[in-house]
Amino acid sequence: MTWFISPAHAEDAAPAPASADVPPAPTETHTEVGHEAGGKAPFPPFDTQKFPSQILWYVVFFGLLYLLMKRVLVPRLSTIVEGRAQRIAGDLEEAQRLRIESDKALGTYEKALADAKSAAHAIAQASTDEAKAAATKQRADIEASLAAKLEAAEGRIGEIKAKALGDVNAIAEETAAAVVAALSGHQPSPDEVAKAVSAVATK
Amino acid sequence: MANDPIHQFHIQEFFQIGTIGDTEFHFTNSAFAMGATVAIVAGFLYLATAKNSLIPGRLQSVAELAYEFVAGTLRSSTGKEGMRFFPLVFSLFMFILVANFFGMFPYFMTATSQIIITFLLSMTVMLTVVGYGFAKHGFGFLGLFVPSGVPMAVVPLVSAIEVISFLSRPISLSVRLFGNMLAGHITLKVFAGFVASMASLGAIGVGGAILPLVMTVGLTALEFLVAFLQAYIFTVLTCMYLNDALHPGH
Repeated sequence: MTWFISPAHAEDAAPAPASADVPPAPTETHTEVGHEAGGKAPFPPFDTQKFPSQILWYVVFFGLLYLLMKRVLVPRLSTIVEGRAQRIAGDLEEAQRLRIESDKALGTYEKALADAKSAAHAIAQASTDEAKAAATKQRADIEASLAAKLEAAEGRIGEIKAKALGDVNAIAEETAAAVVAALSGHQPSPDEVAKAVSAVATK
Repeated sequence: MANDPIHQFHIQEFFQIGTIGDTEFHFTNSAFAMGATVAIVAGFLYLATAKNSLIPGRLQSVAELAYEFVAGTLRSSTGKEGMRFFPLVFSLFMFILVANFFGMFPYFMTATSQIIITFLLSMTVMLTVVGYGFAKHGFGFLGLFVPSGVPMAVVPLVSAIEVISFLSRPISLSVRLFGNMLAGHITLKVFAGFVASMASLGAIGVGGAILPLVMTVGLTALEFLVAFLQAYIFTVLTCMYLNDALHPGH
């Protein structure tokens, strides 16, 4: 487990000479020097010898990520999210437009309905008036004819009454003649009888 | 060595890729962690946006959630013009988040527990702030250090404080993330080490090992929270600093 500690330590202990004195095999030299010095290795995150590699790879990988984000990933994501937002906004606008349109249609319909209602009302009123007038006229006609008939009937009744009254005199004369004949045994003359009856009737 | 809590932060050099002068460049375990992080982030976002459906599936919902989350954070602190920095901020958030979570897997390196990486992340932010600030406002960007409404007598003092606070930003930004990840992983390792060392003491030890085991489980959950929280804090602070670049005059 010492292989990763030693080089770092070696850098601390003898940085320049190690590489300067023995250029062909730097790694081995570092290790040896490290062991000889026997000090403590630096805390790993503060090991400056490992920094250049990490800087390089950070630049490579973060740069790659940034490029991918800028060129590919963020445009794709924003297309989805903003596209949906636009779509929703558009749909809402369309819905609003349709609502206004339907409101307008409803208004037109209601107006037409009100017109039709008032027209129907007028027609109904007119026909009611007409029917009423016709009925009144008819009733007047019928009443007039009934009155005429009543008058005629009354005339006839008077006639019949007069005739009947005339008949009453004749029946009274006959009855009187019959009664006289039955009582006295002697047939009275019709003139006498008529005179006597009319004398009684006028009393 | 297995119980050494520091062991997990060692940079292991897998193979050398070249030298410039005396400087050796290696492919290391932190490079692997960063590469895997980028691969996971890019692969996930690519697959999640592949279908481009109006009604999102599970993957797409997660990607949209991350997008809306970061976009909302950026928009609320920098306004609409801050959205030009969205690719950078989203890259930072996803990179730190996934790198932090990546470190939660046993045997994997936490790239964000290396101060050089967190320092580079914060320098990425600060260089963007300074570069964009000067490009957009010229020397007006220096108005950042002169708060308005301050009496002329105390302006030098306030400006000095502002300059110091500005210069300490990359340090605080990087040390916060580094310290959180480092401390969390060390604590986790120490408690997990207690379990092993107590269990080796026999029957009483096994009984006693239950407590650190429970602690380890609890700390693991806490570390997942911290992993997200630190990514979020880094993002929020990035947004605030970018706001300075966009609107230097407080």
